[in-house]
Amino acid sequence: MTATQERPDTAAAKEIGRDRRRKEDQRLITGRSRWTDNITLPGMLHLAMVRSPFAHATITGIDVTEAQAAPNVVAVLTGKDLGESQGACINAWAITTDQVTPAHVPMPSDRVAFAGETVAVVVARSAAAARDAAELVDVEYDELPAALDLKEAAAADAEHGVLAHPDLGTNRSALWTFDSAEAGTGGDADQAIARARAEGIVIEREYRQQRLIPAFMEPRSTVVDPTGEQITMWSATQIPHILRFALAASTGVPESKIRVIAPDVGGGFGGKLQQTPEEMITFAVARRLGKPVKYTETRSESLMTAHHGRDQWQRLTLAAEKDGTVTGLKVELIADLGAYVSLIGGGVPVLGAFMYNAIYKFPAYHFSCQTVLTNKTWTDAYRGAGRPEATYAIERLMDELAAEVGVDPFVVREKNWITKEEFPFTTVAGLEYDTGDYESATREAKDRFGYDELRAEQRRRREAGDRVQLGIGVSTFTEMCGLAPSRVLGSLNYGAGGWEHASVRMLATGTVEVTTGASAHGQGHETAFSQIVADRLGVAFEDVEILHGDTSIASKGLDTYGSRSLVVGGEALVRAADKVIEKAKPIAAHLLEASVDDIEFSAGRFGVRGTDQGLAMAEIAMAAFAAHNLPDGIEPSLDSDATYDPVNFNYPHGTHLCAMEVDTETGGVLMRKYTCVDDVGTVINPMIVEGQVHGGLAQGIAQALWEEAVYDDSGTLVSGSFVDYLLPTSADTISFDVSHRSTASTTNTLGTKGVGEAGTIASTPAVVNAVVDAIRHLGIDDIQMPCTPERVWRAIHDVAGGGGTDTEGAAAPHFDASTGMQGTVDRTDGADR
Amino acid sequence: MTRIEVTVDGSKVTDDVEPRMLLVQYLRETLGKTGTVVGCDTSNCGACTVHLDGRSVKSCNVLAVQASGHEVTTIEGLAATGGHADGQLHPVQEAFRECHGLQCGFCTPGMIMQAVDLLNENPSPTEEDVRLGMEGNLCRCTGYHNIVKSVLHAAGGAR
Ligand code: FES
Ligand code: FES
Repeated sequence: MTATQERPDTAAAKEIGRDRRRKEDQRLITGRSRWTDNITLPGMLHLAMVRSPFAHATITGIDVTEAQAAPNVVAVLTGKDLGESQGACINAWAITTDQVTPAHVPMPSDRVAFAGETVAVVVARSAAAARDAAELVDVEYDELPAALDLKEAAAADAEHGVLAHPDLGTNRSALWTFDSAEAGTGGDADQAIARARAEGIVIEREYRQQRLIPAFMEPRSTVVDPTGEQITMWSATQIPHILRFALAASTGVPESKIRVIAPDVGGGFGGKLQQTPEEMITFAVARRLGKPVKYTETRSESLMTAHHGRDQWQRLTLAAEKDGTVTGLKVELIADLGAYVSLIGGGVPVLGAFMYNAIYKFPAYHFSCQTVLTNKTWTDAYRGAGRPEATYAIERLMDELAAEVGVDPFVVREKNWITKEEFPFTTVAGLEYDTGDYESATREAKDRFGYDELRAEQRRRREAGDRVQLGIGVSTFTEMCGLAPSRVLGSLNYGAGGWEHASVRMLATGTVEVTTGASAHGQGHETAFSQIVADRLGVAFEDVEILHGDTSIASKGLDTYGSRSLVVGGEALVRAADKVIEKAKPIAAHLLEASVDDIEFSAGRFGVRGTDQGLAMAEIAMAAFAAHNLPDGIEPSLDSDATYDPVNFNYPHGTHLCAMEVDTETGGVLMRKYTCVDDVGTVINPMIVEGQVHGGLAQGIAQALWEEAVYDDSGTLVSGSFVDYLLPTSADTISFDVSHRSTASTTNTLGTKGVGEAGTIASTPAVVNAVVDAIRHLGIDDIQMPCTPERVWRAIHDVAGGGGTDTEGAAAPHFDASTGMQGTVDRTDGADR
Repeated sequence: MTRIEVTVDGSKVTDDVEPRMLLVQYLRETLGKTGTVVGCDTSNCGACTVHLDGRSVKSCNVLAVQASGHEVTTIEGLAATGGHADGQLHPVQEAFRECHGLQCGFCTPGMIMQAVDLLNENPSPTEEDVRLGMEGNLCRCTGYHNIVKSVLHAAGGAR
């Protein structure tokens, strides 16, 4: 599957591959940024949400009199007041045709289904006045039993147990399955497992993917101005285009009457890939009052109500021969949707379904996922979305298989992975991996890491019976990214396509205005895309302006998620730029008095073959603008656009290695070293790529060690502030040894692969594998995430028969001198930490 | 309402504010200094960090009235009040750009203000000093790797 334009002429590639400092930075480091909450419009009103303290309750009455009378309050509105004008929150991906999908009214008037759901909104002249008055709204509830535990909710039915939505009669939303025997992509997993039980190895495990909170640093904020011909919404969102579609589709306001702008957006990680109730309520209030309104959430509101991620139980059965050759894999998931099926919601585990076989040649595979409704915050995409869960499961299992066979974790991996010569390779899940070189990435990673030396040290410390043991974790991951071929999405019943759009406008003065439908929020599109266009058109990097995140400026697009911007959006850019060149050629030929066939374009210049005559792109742009002397039938414009629909996903991969020290007396864990070598295809800007990996690593490591959204028995989020939800700090993390290789992908012209999610997907199993590896000799083969000192301590004491419950000892800050930065903590002797 | 007089980024301003108004609200809402941002409601994130008489404070943790009679420097005035010519960056700002110490940039104003304070106190920090000194500022994008590098880079430049 290749569908590419001509490869770039490498002589002209001055920008691609270069560590350009980012164009975005100047405004961000000087405080000239345009966050949504910065926007103030004349007469603008402010909203505060009144939220349910109960996870599940009937609303029996709302008294707004006192709030209404409070100073500077303009209106207090309930779900009844807004009625149908609020529209609905859409589920864009019913994963099965019989999926049970509860109606999701942004502000319900009869029943709340999770703690934090909005029941009334106060509109006031200032945010402070709105918040004060929100305290005065008197809501009466009849509390209902809440479905909270995922396994219990999955087992419940109308007769037994608690239902999240009693009217639905079930908590089970959809059961999605994939069977390689049925699909014709492999054999029967159950048979493979039965065979392995008789004469091979069967590894059976159950892993918990704890609930996580994306926790972007900029709280969500929305401003709606209904005073123009179009209603304008500014929102801290990853998806201005999808949001505009959803606003129109669910409120009946014509799409052409809505403009959505995502100005500077402070991080998303999937967490702002949503059509939120708050956006819908703000939109409805603005329309009703005819005034600009703003809503900005507090951090507590954000943690409680912005969608969460992960939250699955994974039952896994791996079959292998005695020598470690894998023969089958069976995956049974239950996934917590929370109270509603969100925009992508149930589709997240389905995205993972194609990745459990990972880089290995499984001959048989069976996957099933039951999505389940509970009375908790809804879940949706969080960095990696389905693929981290899959990668975690398989990379943990491969380590368990190695332990069972009694060999180094790399031995079973090498035995089973797709070799370099075997690409393109069609997997048991039905995907065609275009390229990969697991051998080289692994060799390089082991060298950089000092794998053999660390194994030797591990042996020494184990033999000496050191209190602090060393563990080494391996993760050889791949992922599918660049979402996504529209036809594939269609076959999975997804509600939209996966294409991307770009336009290139040559301005008269020779500068270039580019629009992209990929809406950045920290990824550096303005810089990397400028580099691509500069090379393609042979213009200066500084002369390219990238515009995005506004449906009136970049009118078409499908936004930023799933590591798609570069591989899909970048290809659209290349194609739009190539059309500009094609449109310029006849004009150049005309002006140079040559035949079009003799015009050659290179490094920004249209030359006549065999002569030294030529014109620069800027000169053609001016000629097109003036239009005084154009060939007949040629329009006076070089502007072009392109909409690109990918033909395949894109498969970056890498080898990640992690060394962890585990204090067997306190259960404390410390990261000593982290090395990764990722193959991300052609790199446009190495500095940005490394930054993406660093950030991804920290998030993946945080899942392994620190983060977990915890609810109490009544359904209240107890990790509801940054005091309780433990984002890593600079003192918790170390400097990483990050490098990359570049096997060009064949799925796009530039040969790029996605990189936004790689670090997150790969690192979680590397860390947990390392923790388990450090104490496996004590008889431990799993620690549930996050691997807190308490959990590690308990695991050690449970096997030792020691028992006991008192534990303490948070992970101390730690630093690594080995990564070339100044570090001071001596890591080899951890005995008295 | 209480009358306050503050010097913000080199300019004297006078306002009547509610006694409960936070310094960060005063900066953002009254003065339009939106370069300073709010990331949390528990004083954990450090996104709102500014300088009060040259020392870093979380401006969500200071009342506007407490700033009266004092000097506040925000990210917007950092370069100018540090004596850098118009349009020039403070060396720490420059270091963050040079070392890719920011992605979405939301934590960045706070990070830079905190880093400046750290380097004022300790012009030659080790990586450990930097990591401990920046612990009160959260970043979700960078994994801190390049933030630490930026601060060390700025320190190297200052030496
Ligand atoms: S906003 Fe001040 S510390 Fe978070
Ligand atoms: S750069 Fe986004 S939070 Fe730090």
